[in-house]
Amino acid sequence: MPCWYSEIPLFTATSRHYVDRLFDPDPQNVLQGVIDMKNAVIGNNRQKANLIVLGAVPRLLYLLQQSSSSLELRTECAVVLGSLAMGTENNIKSLVDCHIIPALLQGLLCSDLIFIEACLRCLRTVFISPVTPVQLLYTDPTVIPHLMSLLSRSQHTQEYITQIFAHCCKTPEHQTVLFNHGAIQNIAPLLISPSFKVRMQALKCFSVLAYENAQVSMTLVNVLVDGEQLSQVFVRMMQRDKPIEMQLTAAKCLTYMCRAGAIRTDDNCIVLKTLPCLVRMCSKERLLEERVEGAETLAYLMEPDIELQRIASVTDHLVSMLADYFKYPKTSVLDHDLKHAHELRQAAFKLYASLGSNDEDIRKKITETENMMDRIVSGLSESSIKVRLAAVRCLHSLSRSVQQLRTSFHDHAVWKPLMKLLQNAPDEVLVMASSTLCNLLLEFSPSKEPILESGVIELLCSLTQSDSPALRVNGIWALMNMAFQADQKVKVEIVRALGTEQLFRLLSDPDTNVLMKTLGLLRNLLSTRPHIDQVMSSHGKQIMQAVTLILEGEHSIEVKEQTLCILANIADGNTAKELIMTNDDMLQKIKYYMGHSNVKLQLAATFCISNLIWNEEDGSQERQDKLRDMGFVDILHKLTQASDPNLCDRAKTAMQQYLA
Amino acid sequence: SSSDSFRRWLCVQLQYPHVTVIRGYLSAAASLQSSAPKMAELGAGSLLTGDPAFNYQEHELNERLKRLYPAVNEEETPLPRSWSPKDKYSYIGLSQNNLRVHYKGHGKNHKDAASVRATHPIPAACGIYYFEVKIVSKGRDGYMGIGLSAQGVNMNRLPGWDKHSYGYHGDDGHSFCSSGTGQPYGPTFTTGDVIGCCVNLINNTCFYTKNGHSLGVAFTDLPPNLYPTVGLQTPGEIVDANFGQQPFVFDIEDYMSEWRAKIHSMIARFPIGERLGDWQSVLQNMVSSYLVHHGYCATAMAFSRATETMIQEDQTSIKNRQRIQKLVLAGRVGEAIDATQQLYPGLLEHNPNLLFMLKCRQFVEMVNGTDSEVRCFSVHSPKSQDSYPGSPNLSPRHGATNAHVHNTGADSPTCSNGVTPTNKNKSHNKYTGVSSASSSPSSSPSSVNYSESNSTDSTKSQPHSATSNQETSDSEMEIEAEHYSNGVTESSTRIMNGTYKHQEILQADDSSVDDSCSSRQLCGGNQAATERMIQFGRELQALSEQLCRQYGKNATHKKMLQDAFSLLAYSDPWNCPVGQQLDPMQREAICSALNSAILESQNLPKQPPLMLALGQATECVQLMARVRSGSCSFARVDNFLH
Repeated sequence: MPCWYSEIPLFTATSRHYVDRLFDPDPQNVLQGVIDMKNAVIGNNRQKANLIVLGAVPRLLYLLQQSSSSLELRTECAVVLGSLAMGTENNIKSLVDCHIIPALLQGLLCSDLIFIEACLRCLRTVFISPVTPVQLLYTDPTVIPHLMSLLSRSQHTQEYITQIFAHCCKTPEHQTVLFNHGAIQNIAPLLISPSFKVRMQALKCFSVLAYENAQVSMTLVNVLVDGEQLSQVFVRMMQRDKPIEMQLTAAKCLTYMCRAGAIRTDDNCIVLKTLPCLVRMCSKERLLEERVEGAETLAYLMEPDIELQRIASVTDHLVSMLADYFKYPKTSVLDHDLKHAHELRQAAFKLYASLGSNDEDIRKKITETENMMDRIVSGLSESSIKVRLAAVRCLHSLSRSVQQLRTSFHDHAVWKPLMKLLQNAPDEVLVMASSTLCNLLLEFSPSKEPILESGVIELLCSLTQSDSPALRVNGIWALMNMAFQADQKVKVEIVRALGTEQLFRLLSDPDTNVLMKTLGLLRNLLSTRPHIDQVMSSHGKQIMQAVTLILEGEHSIEVKEQTLCILANIADGNTAKELIMTNDDMLQKIKYYMGHSNVKLQLAATFCISNLIWNEEDGSQERQDKLRDMGFVDILHKLTQASDPNLCDRAKTAMQQYLA
Repeated sequence: SSSDSFRRWLCVQLQYPHVTVIRGYLSAAASLQSSAPKMAELGAGSLLTGDPAFNYQEHELNERLKRLYPAVNEEETPLPRSWSPKDKYSYIGLSQNNLRVHYKGHGKNHKDAASVRATHPIPAACGIYYFEVKIVSKGRDGYMGIGLSAQGVNMNRLPGWDKHSYGYHGDDGHSFCSSGTGQPYGPTFTTGDVIGCCVNLINNTCFYTKNGHSLGVAFTDLPPNLYPTVGLQTPGEIVDANFGQQPFVFDIEDYMSEWRAKIHSMIARFPIGERLGDWQSVLQNMVSSYLVHHGYCATAMAFSRATETMIQEDQTSIKNRQRIQKLVLAGRVGEAIDATQQLYPGLLEHNPNLLFMLKCRQFVEMVNGTDSEVRCFSVHSPKSQDSYPGSPNLSPRHGATNAHVHNTGADSPTCSNGVTPTNKNKSHNKYTGVSSASSSPSSSPSSVNYSESNSTDSTKSQPHSATSNQETSDSEMEIEAEHYSNGVTESSTRIMNGTYKHQEILQADDSSVDDSCSSRQLCGGNQAATERMIQFGRELQALSEQLCRQYGKNATHKKMLQDAFSLLAYSDPWNCPVGQQLDPMQREAICSALNSAILESQNLPKQPPLMLALGQATECVQLMARVRSGSCSFARVDNFLH
């Protein structure tokens, strides 16, 4: 819509005349003036803008609010304001700036239905505009309950109010407010209203109410509408002869209820109704918006459930149907075409990601779809961040496959755009990209070598310093994978780039995942004897300190086990051993864990001792003696009687070192 | 598409409603009508197994098939209900009423493949056809194929390998489209899976389902007349078919509903473009001519005034026809003949057949005791004899059966009312509105009112002797007239209400008629009347002979006369093999024939264009089935009549 007139309004004499008449001393003339104004503005955006600029709005609002005005006049004012709101976004802004919302909400307290409907119609138009802050609906706590009470007045009030709710429920707080004021009980009966518009808006309300809301969803499954379960009402609304909008919204409701745990994923209404309905929404016959929403909702529905993923993957050729999402022109002179293209692509990537998140066969099917890998690769470098994010999500999902890592990922050198993506990307993209990188750095991945050579270490180290726990985990995880069976050179480089200070900071990270992966990194660094000795000779002191700290701290069994395993690795070194042998405190700790109630910890501690007393190494005699003096033999002896066969074997092997 | 052409066709018919293809239609309709009742017996006759479970299943099957494929005429195109024991390879064994298929060959290689076809091909009138196959056992290798094939395709093969053969195979999940090499299509299937095959006869495609999930289109451009087919290749393979015996795993009715909606919206959105004005006037003319044809004089006038359309016939003429019709429907055929001869001199002379039919009817009415020639002898009229208990033929009973529409629809909607043949009286009253306005709403259409009105009739009440009783019992013509000033919509709803009311009272009336049965006597039990009747019979016989001499033998006449005279052979004519003739409903056909003849003599169409268009549309849909246009299944005329 051209906007030249809103900036340079053409003040016509007639426009001014309309406004002037609002100030006429005779109320009858004022009424006629408002009615004439109403007829003049219908469908005339220029006239609307003119009147706003000329200050008609405050006067109309004044007339609307005056209890001395006749009901007819007040109603006509509301109608004109509603008409003005139908214009451009600028109009809405002006109206909101004139405090139209509180004035109209106040008007709802009137008892006259016609006036209430006019106010609601205008409020509806204002609230569904993207420029209106939805919060304005919730400022006055009496508004929502009053709107609920107006739902019984007429089909029009039902339509407008449910439409307002459907647009203004954007956060969990909004959901709670509406829920607490009986939204479900009040709106449920509207699902069988004779008016299609009312049914549709009521349905939309439920979809926004149930989204990621367990409380609402759990309540919804128990609601009966005319003796029928709500889920069945939704199923009926998904019947294939119903309007697409209705089918899609009903499918969303059931999807959200399912994801919130209120409906099982193997329930027939999900498996046989919702899922096929959403797949149909992805078909070429649907409108672009419907295809986008359908794909996104379907991706969300089946994300956590492998069975749904398997069913969807064979339903109506979904995998190849999605390939059509990429056939919308990428380059276009029209902005909205471009936007559609982006929306379609990101939706398809999301759905592929969801489809392939668990099943190896499905991943294979996806990567074998025409040009799929090329599409992902180019998606990684698209201008739209939404597309980049969805593409990397898809890549991440597929990267969980050993086979794909070995084949298609390598063939298409996906690591290159991925590395590029990691530079200066927003956090959400970084999380996905780094997580994918973790998989690409697995030892069997042929991409590992080229990635190493591209100087990724610095980047990963910087991730470990991020404020986001997810990024820290991914950074350290990737380093851990990188260090697994790596060359001495790589290990040295990792330690150097990360710095011991950062390493120890990570060891005290509040996030257990970060701690576990850091320990994992240490363990991978401390493998094979020469590496152990080298790392320990340069960083031994700090590492021993960190180990002590963790063993003394309040940590989970898994963390302590991992730490004891590090200690066992240290005990396997030639020179590194001495760091333990000379540390009586540490030896006492090992002794303590050998007698721990948890078998895993006992086993790890025993491993450690076993390495220390191993025969064929220099100075083994002295170590054996010292440890015998400290009472370790008695403990080992006791452990040979342990009920756990592994522990028992390990203790026996250790005892044999003494017997040899 | 085919439905497009249907609509175009319909439009042409609407614009040129007088184009006549009606003769062919009528004969087709008649033949269909006579065959219609047999449909229900079909299938039931073939099973005398005495197995109640099987009979129950068969019943289920019939019900489901009727619901799924209402447009299929099984007389012409029977539906597949089992595998054919005659159309299979020798390695195939059938059991369980020919629904279970097992492999009994060697199964060494593909040369041992074996198939079986269903008993019948899929009729196009199904629109959308569906069957399911459950894999009972995958046997040794699970080389099973499910699909379609044309008659004559080699059965020593799996479906899909040859020309005009299509299949989905369990071992690799590939689809085979008339080719030895398959295309990747869906998942594999094995023991316990239920595979469905859906043929869309509207766009000639096919998709499969697995355990209730649609797998997407497998084949396009399918030829017509394909048979459901399965093929097996290794020992131990067993599959069960479900042609509708059981509920389907896949929700096929939901899929059908989508196509029904598609086709309905296609019809609803048929572009009429710039002809919008023409369109409207065509429709208005159709409504108007319909009202005029049936003699809804006041409504027709109100309608023409509101829509500013012209009525070709003048009011007097309409009212004359109305009066004659009412006489016939009241069983007073003699008076009707007199009135016709007076108002339309020469008409009956030029239509000797019609005259003969009327006279025959008059004779029947004499037996009945209703014709005025015998009535005048009665001291008092027998109770409720003259009542005309709400005939179901009242106004267009479009929905009932397609074939029926045209025959009966032409009958006057006034038929079912208790009729007072006092036209002038009526036209006076409807404007006074004093008593009628208050009495009409209370005019409960009970038999009491009817008989009251009858007794008034029997005194041959003249226009000015109208009583309020008469008004209450008067037909909806009267009621309609009161709403005269309220405009078109009002009066048309009123007619609808009337229609329903009469259908409701139909049953109540039946019982009241039964009650009076015992008191019914030949010619009202009057000796003089009986003699008059016999006299009239002789005249009728003479007329028949005269016509015979003049125009040659006429079998129809002979039969008519025989039937009429046969009534006298029974002591209780109302309860005898030919007693049907005495049913007041029988008056409708002759009434409509007379009405048409009058109209024709005035150079007006003898059928209302609306009924013509309706009949043609109905016939057209049936024609679509014969030329294998599947959309006919969802374009049924009764879907559009409410």
